Order: sequence, then C-alpha cells, then structure tokens
Amino acid sequence: MSHIADRIISDVGLESGVAALTTEKIEKVVTRMLKGETGAKLRAYKETCMRCGLCSQGCHYYMSHDADPSYSPVNKATETMYELMDKKGKVSPQRIYEMAQMAYTECNLCKRCAHYCPIGIDTGYIMSQVRRICYLLDVVPQYIRDTAHSHASTMNQMWVKDDEWIDSLQWQEDEARDEFPDLRIPLDKEGADIYYSVIAPEPKFRTQLIYQAAAIMNAAGVDWTMPSHPGWDNSDMCMFVGDYENMGRLKRAHYESAQKLRVKRIVMGECGHAFRSVYDMGNRWLGHKAMPVPVIHAIDFYWELINEGKIKITHQYENPVTIQDPCNIIRGRGLMDKLRDVVHFLCKEVVEMTPNREHNYCCCAGGGVINCGPPFKNTRMTGNRVKAEQLKATGVHDVVIPCHNCHGGIEDIIGYYDLKMHGKFISDIIYELMEKPEV
Amino acid sequence: MGKISSWDWEPGQKTVVKSLSPLEGHEWQEEPYVSPDGETIVAIVKVGDGEFSVRTNDSVWDATFEKIWYPKFSPDGRLAAICQQDMEWVLVADGETMGETTDYIWDTMFSEDGSSIATMYKSMERYGMSVNGEPWENLYENATMPAFTKDGAHTAAVVQAESMAAADLDGFKRGAYTVAVDGEAWKGRYVNIWNPVFNDAGDSLAATCRTTVYAHTIVVDDKPWDETYTQVWEPVFCPKDGGVVAPVRVAGKWGVAKDGKILWEPRYVQCFYLQYSPSGEDLWAVVATSYGQFTACVNNAAWNETWPTVSDLVVSPDGQRAAILASNCNEDFRIVVDGTPWSGTYDMAWPAVFSADSKNVAAKVEKNGRFRILVNGKSFERDFDAVWPPIFNEDGTKVLIRAIENNSYVRIVAEVCNF
Repeated sequence: MSHIADRIISDVGLESGVAALTTEKIEKVVTRMLKGETGAKLRAYKETCMRCGLCSQGCHYYMSHDADPSYSPVNKATETMYELMDKKGKVSPQRIYEMAQMAYTECNLCKRCAHYCPIGIDTGYIMSQVRRICYLLDVVPQYIRDTAHSHASTMNQMWVKDDEWIDSLQWQEDEARDEFPDLRIPLDKEGADIYYSVIAPEPKFRTQLIYQAAAIMNAAGVDWTMPSHPGWDNSDMCMFVGDYENMGRLKRAHYESAQKLRVKRIVMGECGHAFRSVYDMGNRWLGHKAMPVPVIHAIDFYWELINEGKIKITHQYENPVTIQDPCNIIRGRGLMDKLRDVVHFLCKEVVEMTPNREHNYCCCAGGGVINCGPPFKNTRMTGNRVKAEQLKATGVHDVVIPCHNCHGGIEDIIGYYDLKMHGKFISDIIYELMEKPEV
Repeated sequence: MGKISSWDWEPGQKTVVKSLSPLEGHEWQEEPYVSPDGETIVAIVKVGDGEFSVRTNDSVWDATFEKIWYPKFSPDGRLAAICQQDMEWVLVADGETMGETTDYIWDTMFSEDGSSIATMYKSMERYGMSVNGEPWENLYENATMPAFTKDGAHTAAVVQAESMAAADLDGFKRGAYTVAVDGEAWKGRYVNIWNPVFNDAGDSLAATCRTTVYAHTIVVDDKPWDETYTQVWEPVFCPKDGGVVAPVRVAGKWGVAKDGKILWEPRYVQCFYLQYSPSGEDLWAVVATSYGQFTACVNNAAWNETWPTVSDLVVSPDGQRAAILASNCNEDFRIVVDGTPWSGTYDMAWPAVFSADSKNVAAKVEKNGRFRILVNGKSFERDFDAVWPPIFNEDGTKVLIRAIENNSYVRIVAEVCNF
C-alpha cells in the first residue's frame, strides 16, 4: 500500500498555504467548521462505516492503481476527515498538505463509490467537506484557486470581461449569419421562453459551441435569449474549492439574471459540474429547496426538441460512437435514458462502454480536478487507466461526451494512452447533421 | 415627454400603430419596445445588407448602423441604443450620436429625469464609464458593476486598480480591486468589491467587499466597517439618518447589520433585497424563515405565509405597503400584496406597481401565452398578445395600458374603478 506522503506534488497554492499554518490555527478552523457547518450526517457516516472496503472498486483511482488501498474511498475518508474528527483537528500543517492533495486531486467527487457502499456512505460529500476545511485554512491548489478568484471577481470562471462576453455573442451571431442569414442571438429578450446559459470556456475558446447552439435554436424556432450581464456563466469552481460564500454569490447572480428576464426556464449547455451547482449545492446554500428557476441540461432540451420534431437531420452519423456518462447529470440527475435516446436518434451505431450509465467510470477531470492544472495532470492520467481500457474496448473512434470537464479529461486520456479516438459534444453532431438552408 | 401629468390621460383606446408588420423593404424587425408614455413603439429593423436602423411607430431613423442593440427608453422619453459603425461603438439617442466612437460601450443607465445617460466604456483595452458620451479621464484594467447618481452628476464602478500576473494568488489576496468615482479610484484596495450604490444625494457610496479572503463586510466611502462576516449582500442607505444597512451572515444565519452593528439578529435562512421606506422608518426585505420558505419582512417581522420562491419586492411610495412575486420555483406565480396573494396563478408575472398615493396596485401577468393587466387583483376586461407593465396617473384613478392586439399597437387609458 502506498501512502499520500510518498507522492506529494509541488503546488504553489498548497505550499504557500501550508507555510502559513500553525497547529493551533488548524485546530481552531477544523473545530469551528465541524461544529458549525456539519452535523449528524457526517457523524453517522463515520460511525457506521464498517471499513468493509466495498467502496474500493467504485473508485477509478483505486482500479487504475492495481487495487492500491491508499486510493480506496474509505481510506481517503479515513486519512482526511475521519482523522480530523478523531484528532479534533490536532494535526500538523504537512498533514493538511497531504489531505488537501488527496481531497482536491485524488477524488473527483463523482459519487460512484456511494453505489457500492452497503449503507450508502457518500464519500464525495465527505471529501467536499475536507476541501471546505482546506479552503478555510487557505490550502488550495493554485490553478483552481485562481479560477475561483475569477468567479468572485468577474462572475465567470475565465476572467472574461463584461464586454468580451457580449462581443463574443455578437461575433458568433455575425459568423453564423453567413450560414443562416436570419439567425439571431437575442440579447436580454425579456419574456423569452428559454434563457441559454453556458460556461466561460465557451466564449473564451469554444465559441463554436455558442455558434452551434444558436444554429439549433434558430432551426428549431425556439423563443430564446442570452443575458448581456454577468450571471451568464452557470459554472462554479467556488463550489469545488470549498468557497461556499462565493458559490452562493454566483448562483444568486445566475438565477437572478434569469428572473429579471422573466424567462420560463434556463437551458444549460453540455456541462456536468454546473448542473451539480444549480440543482444541488449552490441553490441549497441560498436556502432554496429546489431550483428557483428550472434549469434543464442540454441533453434534456435536445431530447425535447427531437421528440417534438423540431430537430430535423439529413442523415444519421455514419461512424460508430460510444457514450460517456458524465457523473453529475447521470448519477446526479438520471439522464442516462434520454442521453441514449438522443444519441441513437443521431447515430447509426452505438457501442456501449462497460460498465455504463450510472455505473460508468468518471472521466477523472470532474470535481475540479482538471482545474487544479498542469501539476496534477499525471495524477489524472495514471489515475484513470481504467477509463482508457474502457474506451479502448469499445473499438470505436468517436466518443459522445455531453460535458466540458469530461471532454478535457477524456481527450487527455486519449492522448496519454494513444487511443486514437476523438470526443464530440452532442451539439457537434446535431450541427453536422441538421438540415441547413442553402445560401 | 415630461411628467406623467402631462401625458394624455383621456380614458379610452387609441391605436398608435395600425400594423406592426415590417415596413416595406425591411428584411426583419426585432421585438418591440414601448415608451413610458405609450406614444411610441420602436424596434430594431434590418434595412439592408449589414445595415440596421430603428423603426419608430411608422417611420425609421435616418441613421443606419452595422449593428444596434440594447434599446432603452430614458425617463425623458428618448430612445437610447448602442450602435456599431465602422467596427466601433457609440451611444445613440433618438438617432443622434453622443460622443466619439470607441472600442466598446455597454450597460446604459439613466439619471432620474433622463437628462443624463451613462454607459460602461472601453478604449484601447482600458475600462471605465462615460456620461453623455464623455469618458472618464482615468481608465483601468477592468471596470464592472456601474452605479449612477439620481441626478446624473456622478458615476462609479468597481475597477481593477492593480495588475495581476496569471494565477497570481498573492496579488489577488493583497487586493487589486477598488471603486472609482467619476474615474478617481479610492485609495483602499480590496480582495473583492461588489455592488456599489450611491445614496440619494449622490455624495456617499457604499459597497460590499472582502477585506481578506475570508472577511466580508461593507465599505462606505473607502472605510470598511470594523465588523466582518462570513457573507454580506448589497448595502442600502437609510434615507432618515444616512446610515448603511446590509444583510449579513453570522454562524450560518442571516440578519441585518447597520453601520457595523447588528440590527436584526441573524435568524433567517436567507435575507436579501433590503429596501427602506422613503421616511427611513421602515426597513423591508425578502427573507427565508425556514429552508425553502421565502416571504417578505418589515422591521424584522415576516409575513405569515411563505412560498418556495419570492422575488421583486416592491415597497409602496408611503413605505407602508409592499408587494412581491411568489412562485413555485418559477411556476404558478402569484402577486402577493401586504402578505395576501391575489386570486389566480400565472405562468409569469412582472413586478407590481403602486399608485403614487399607495392605495392601488397593478401588475402585468401572463397565462397560456396571453397577457393581462391586473389592478387590485382584478383583470382588465380583455387580454392581449403582448402588454407592457402598467403605469398609474398622478392621482391613481387611471392606469395606462400599452398593448399589442391583432398586430396593432394600442394605448389604453382605463379607469381604476372599472376594474
């Protein structure tokens, strides 16, 4: 069995944070957090865990490291939160470094392990609370911390300035008009049925996704709008950092921008973690039991359009494809059937990964792990050999991936293991196949 | 356009534009906007290849632009829009440009009487604000969250006053942000600063801020409160004594602090949208009394009934009454006045409007794709294809309805007693 102390990775955020720690401060923060922000759920998890290890095979890190117990979910909980609880926070600063590295980069909060636990312990929740403690101790990996700073300062995760956002939409509208002459990306259209929200990488470097969404909305005759003001980014690295205060600020901005436009619902693009933030964590931190404005994922939306006959394709995608089931919208929301309905409508042949649906392995990018940046890329690559094996076994070249983080993670896995595959968003395929006007 | 009293309040209906079909030669016409007095309906129109203009009733601006967006009527009745010409942007009011073109402008704001118009402003990758086309002398690396005084004399925005390298955690923690008033940055630097707001006189400004990563508080004229909290929402000035109040979160519960001292003991699951009565005697808010149970609250006394979602708190001019929009997570909207919902649920609702004497309340609602105007809970005699929020006349006896029916734009003055 390896130990986290033997695989410490240098990171500016973790190092500078730990350098400023004292055991007294750790004890104070841990005690305050456990007393003030957690309760019976966490205690019940700790006291009922039988250390049976059935969760182990739920974890892609454990499976990818030849069943090394160090990566088992129960060990991660034991070496972090349970230790903090047992020792009442009396641990050394270096131990906090180890816990932070484990919580931020060796757990994707994917919750697969919860399916394997006989009593349903949610290790993802436990590790989230470890991250919260690390955030309050100022011990957070540099790159994801910077992303959270961007969220707090600009209300989006990529330091996109207010004018750059609007300009990107107007630019994509202009581009698309060469192909769809009457296309509009309606800004701030009060009373529209649909508010379309995205994550900041789209205006920053995946603008084709905005183009494609506009093309689909236009072809389907949807009454839609996009906001010109901050709140347009539904993503949330503050949630994964453990900065719940700014998670709340972000979600408030997102929901209020939709409420001001008097839309019926928000349709979000193909992102997984943002869905967790809008329907599970961010909304609840604000005091909402449910979502104050309904948010549906793009899969749900495309499924509706297809069933209403509003998406017309010229032919089906010829190459066989496989499907990545993103954790937050499959285990988190149960969209596995709709995802398959959509992909089977669009594609001639679907070769399923094994296991799949709610048992599918995480991409190893989610939960903010890919956002921890280059220092931890190898952690993701070696930590997800099982995904590479799963992908390779399908024998196909195209992977339908309806999630931004899964895209980044799987493209990295494909490159690292030389799988000669390629990821596609659903909108990539719809756009490629849809009927287009002759210009 | 002048004061409301100068508008046409003769009861009855007038067809302002008989046909809203695109005018001859227009390739398309976008969604319409209506002036407050109801005499003008406008829409952005495509008049040629890459050429856009603004249709105003049955005529069109002489000027054309490559792109037009953000059409807004100012309180004095002018139509302001943001227009692009030769790849640069300029503010245009009633077809006349205001100031020089620049790299980008956005976020149009008006003074109370509409005589001054402010926008956000960008030139050569530097950011600030502009008033009536005149940009700040000092520009910054970034500027967000604009504020504009009621009299139009002063502008403010959150600005990035210090440079930061990529992923510069230390630079961020030292504080790179502050507020610039009329382009002059405060001396203080903050980890973050949000939601600047001027007092009514325009001589004081408060904002939400983080003085350290973990210390949230309120800053007034560059002086942070001594007390800090785990989270703070946007501040409001008290019109009575000039003090500043804000919702604050302590030990997981929300309350209200005034000038750094607790005013409402933290006991709510949520508390936001603070508003003072004009006298400053009464403080209103939206609160969650329990998880998922939202309602309005005055002077720390919540209304009895709660709803899953509450928004758009509107306080009456006398400060004694209030209305909110309550919904079941954006469905089954109800207009709730003084704690009691009007009968009927709606697919969408717009903020309630009080008459100047605070006695009457009106609102726009949508049901099954049709739009209605309600006054004191009762509907106007018919519904419309589209309608704009109602406006009361000065004595509150009449209400102006601006609506589209059968492809015509109509202006209706209805008597409140007939609802």
